[in-house]
Order: sequence, then structure tokens, then C-alpha cells
Amino acid sequence: MTIPLDVSKIRQDFPILSETIHGRPLVYLDNAASTQKPRAVLDTLRHVYEHDYANVHRGVHTLSQRATDLFEGARLKIKGFINARKIEEIIFVRGTTEAVNLVAQSYGRSKLQAGDEILITAMEHHSNIVPWQILCQQTGAVLKVAPINLSGEIIMEKFEALLTERTKLVSVVHMSNALGTINPVKRIIELAHAKGVPVMLDGAQAIPHMTVDVQDLDCDFYAFSGHKLCGPSGIGVLYGKEALLKAMPPWQGGGDMIRMVTFDKTEYNTLPYKFEAGTPAIAEAIGLGAAVDYLQAIGMENIAAYEQQLLEYATTKALEIPSLKVIGTAKEKGAILGFTLHHIHPHDIGTMLDQLGIAVRAGHHCAMPVMDFFGVPATARASFSFYNTTEEVDTLIDGIKQIIEVFG
Amino acid sequence: MFDEIRDLYQEVVFDHNRNPRNFRVMEDATRKIDGFNPLCGDKITLYVKVNDNVIEDVSFQGSGCAISTASASLMTEIVRGHTEEETHGLFELFHKIVTGEDSRTNFDELGKLAVLAGVRAYPARVKCATLAWHSLEAALKEDAETVSTE
Repeated sequence: MTIPLDVSKIRQDFPILSETIHGRPLVYLDNAASTQKPRAVLDTLRHVYEHDYANVHRGVHTLSQRATDLFEGARLKIKGFINARKIEEIIFVRGTTEAVNLVAQSYGRSKLQAGDEILITAMEHHSNIVPWQILCQQTGAVLKVAPINLSGEIIMEKFEALLTERTKLVSVVHMSNALGTINPVKRIIELAHAKGVPVMLDGAQAIPHMTVDVQDLDCDFYAFSGHKLCGPSGIGVLYGKEALLKAMPPWQGGGDMIRMVTFDKTEYNTLPYKFEAGTPAIAEAIGLGAAVDYLQAIGMENIAAYEQQLLEYATTKALEIPSLKVIGTAKEKGAILGFTLHHIHPHDIGTMLDQLGIAVRAGHHCAMPVMDFFGVPATARASFSFYNTTEEVDTLIDGIKQIIEVFG
Repeated sequence: MFDEIRDLYQEVVFDHNRNPRNFRVMEDATRKIDGFNPLCGDKITLYVKVNDNVIEDVSFQGSGCAISTASASLMTEIVRGHTEEETHGLFELFHKIVTGEDSRTNFDELGKLAVLAGVRAYPARVKCATLAWHSLEAALKEDAETVSTE
């Protein structure tokens, strides 16, 4: 195969990849849970704290100005990364979960009434289910769930049928964390917009693996987390179309989100600060900016192309194991291999692979309804990043074969 | 290859996982309870027959990993014939040993359960080993709610 990027050079950018686990070289295949950090991000965090750190948007002193410039510079980088029209549309949050909660509590609570409907799909992560359930309890709105087929794809006819005049918001995962499915989000957005319904995309899994252009998608909200994108944890982004964000009431109150406060009334700050109450995760935001720079230098197209090769290689090898079943076989799929082994529980697979230095996730992946649909209590999941190699896939496959042998 | 992990996955564990004992529905159970480990999705339904403070029979159904299945299977064998108080004492001892709270290296008092003592080196798996026991404790307290290890 032609490899679109220099993986061995890339691996040297990630200090943690030289770790040994139980005396063996680390094979990190839990990237859908969180990715490792390149030196560029680690150095940035250190540099910020050693040279540029102070609170942002407050002081007249030099360090505060420096920190503010870097923080706002990161926002600008992220705007470019997802091709938003304006920096006002980039809201820093803690992560995808907080972004969904923000939209549910601000947009949802101010717009939805009893009997209105929110449409999601059967492959959502708990973070794109529970905030809407809370909203439904508060407003009397109803949560509708578009079903999926046995490959793990949305059944589009059913989705269309569920999109009615009662639907006030659609919130769909761009790429499934449990199944790897990449959803036809452009089509979903077209269908929803034809009925005047705004669409939120949970981009936590999609954004590390492909080019995301929010203008091209025409989504109304897009949420993602920094830590799945080689950036720090505790920082994430909510993109929203300016007109929508402007009309939305603040969610959390506090410092930074106000223009003027008296005990009688408060004037709120402009976007994006209206939604950024309190001191933000300053160094983490700047670190996320560094991660974006790093990924853009490699090129998201190259990353996507290479990961597709890895996934194809891993899937072919995995299917050669007779007692292995792949969970999630959508035609459009990102680099996630969910599987079960006949008679061997994923938790046992996880512990045993760990003994071989291989990190995978075992469990329900915060998607219990997906597990129920496939009739399994849990799956084992190997999720790949651009720093993984075909040799690591071989180690994984070899490990799985050994486990089968030990279990007999 | 898996030498180091053999203290967790002993042959007895594999045996009880492959052929769990008392893996059946009990029609005349005096108590029945559902246990659930939200971390991994392990589910157990435990059936207990108590007569005059003595556990006459215990059985279970459900799906779980090798550690949780073997632990449930071993438990059903061990507690039969014991009083509720004795069973509670055994649970407390077992719990202390698998969590590492009791760091002894001689497990004679545990009898057959000693094969699970290796769990103490795998904190992520303690809940697997204790799910059945937490369920039994709840059943004996006649707590009708679903038991969760969280």
C-alpha cells in the first residue's frame, strides 16, 4: 500500500508511545476514548505555564495580555480548522458533553414546548441522549429515536418518517464511537432544513479522523472535545451559527459573560463570551490550538486516507478469526473495530490484551442502547489513530488468537 | 505468554467459567434479586432459598466475564448450608481480600474462593469478582432493588 504519511517519524512526536506496559511495547488502540499528545502540545502547555500564564480578558498587565492573545489565537485556529465564518461562532466548553448540555439547556429550553420533538438516532453516545431526556422532563418535549440496521447504519426512510412538523431539533452523531459508522450527515441536514429544523452534530469521534467543514455541512451546531484530537482534556468546542447563538439565552452565569452588572439587572456580553462564564481552561485551549496546528501540518486528508488503510487491514485480519464477530459493519466507517469473541467476555479480552501491552476498551462504550440492539452486554473495541501501524494490528490479532487458545 | 496473569485466570476460574455450577432458575426460591455492573454491563439474577436462617440453595443466571461468572459459581457452592450470619462473614472476608484491604497471603479461611484472591492485583476487576456477593448480601437483606456495584 502507498502510505500517505511517515508514521515512524510521527510516532517520535508522541513520547508516551515509547512506554512499555508489563514489559512489552505499548500498543495504544484506545484512541476513541482519548488520544495521546504530541510533543508540540506538551511543549505548548509547559511554555504557557512557564512564560505566558495569567488570567484572560482581565488584567492590563503584560502577562494577562499575552495569555489573552494566545487564548484568542487558539480560537482563531479552531475557526480555521472547521471553517467557521466567524470567531463569534466558536465557544470554548469543557468537551462535547458540555456542548450538548449547553444547547439543550439554552436553545432547547427557550425554544421547546410540551409536545415538541427532538430526533436522535439509536447509535448515540449517552452524552447525546441524557441531556435531551433532561430537557424533555423540563419542557414536556418528546425524544424520538431513529432506528439503525444490523450493519449499524441509520435507516434513512425511518429517519425521514420521524422528521415531522413536531420536530424542533435533530441531534445526530457524526461518527459512532461504538460502531465506527460515519453517518450521512449532509443528507440528514438537507432533510431537516427542508422542514426548517436545525441540526446539531456530535463530532467527538469524527473530528480526529476527517476534514470537518461546518459551512459545507451547513450544520447548525457542531460539538467536539480537545482530548480526542491530540489536545488536552478539559477543553472542547461548541460551534453554532451566529444567528442561533445570538438569539439564545446564556446558560451559566458568572464572570466574563457579562458586560454590566447591577443588582437590578445584568447586560450580557457579546458572543462568544456570553457562553463562557468563569475562568476558562486557558492553557488547555492554547494546547488545543497547538494540536490543531500539528494535525493540519500532517493534513486531515492524509490522516483519513491512512486510517482507512489501517481499518481495512485490521478488519481483514480480524475476520480470519472464526470465533470473532465484528460489531459495526457500516459501508461508511471510521477507524474503529468493535468485536466480540464467542464465549469470551470483552472484559477478559481487555485484561488479557493489557498483559500483552495492548490497550483496548472493553465495555458498553457509553452506548448501552447500541449494546442492547446488537444483543451483547459489551464489546471489545480497538480504535486507531494515525500513529498506529500495521505491525501493531498484527500484535493485536496475535494477542486475540492467544486469548482464544488460553480460554480453550 | 500469559504467565503473569495466571494468578488471576487460574484453571479453576476457567473451569467454572466454562461450566458454571448452579447455573439455573430456581422455581421455589424464597428470594430473587437482579445484580448489575454498569461499568461492564455484567448482569446476574440470583436465586436464594433460605430456610430457618440457613441457606439451603443458591443458583444464578446471567452473563458476565470469566471472573464474575466463576465468582458467582464458586459462591453458590460455598455458601450452601451456611447461616445468613456465616455467609455475611464470608462476604466481608472475601471482600477485604479481593480489594486488598486485608493483605494476608494465606487464604485458608476462604477455602475454594482463594483462587480469586489474585483479583487484588487488578483493581479494575474487583467489581467483577464481587457482583454476585453484593447481590447475595442484598438478597439476604431482602432488598428488592436492583443491586449495582457502582
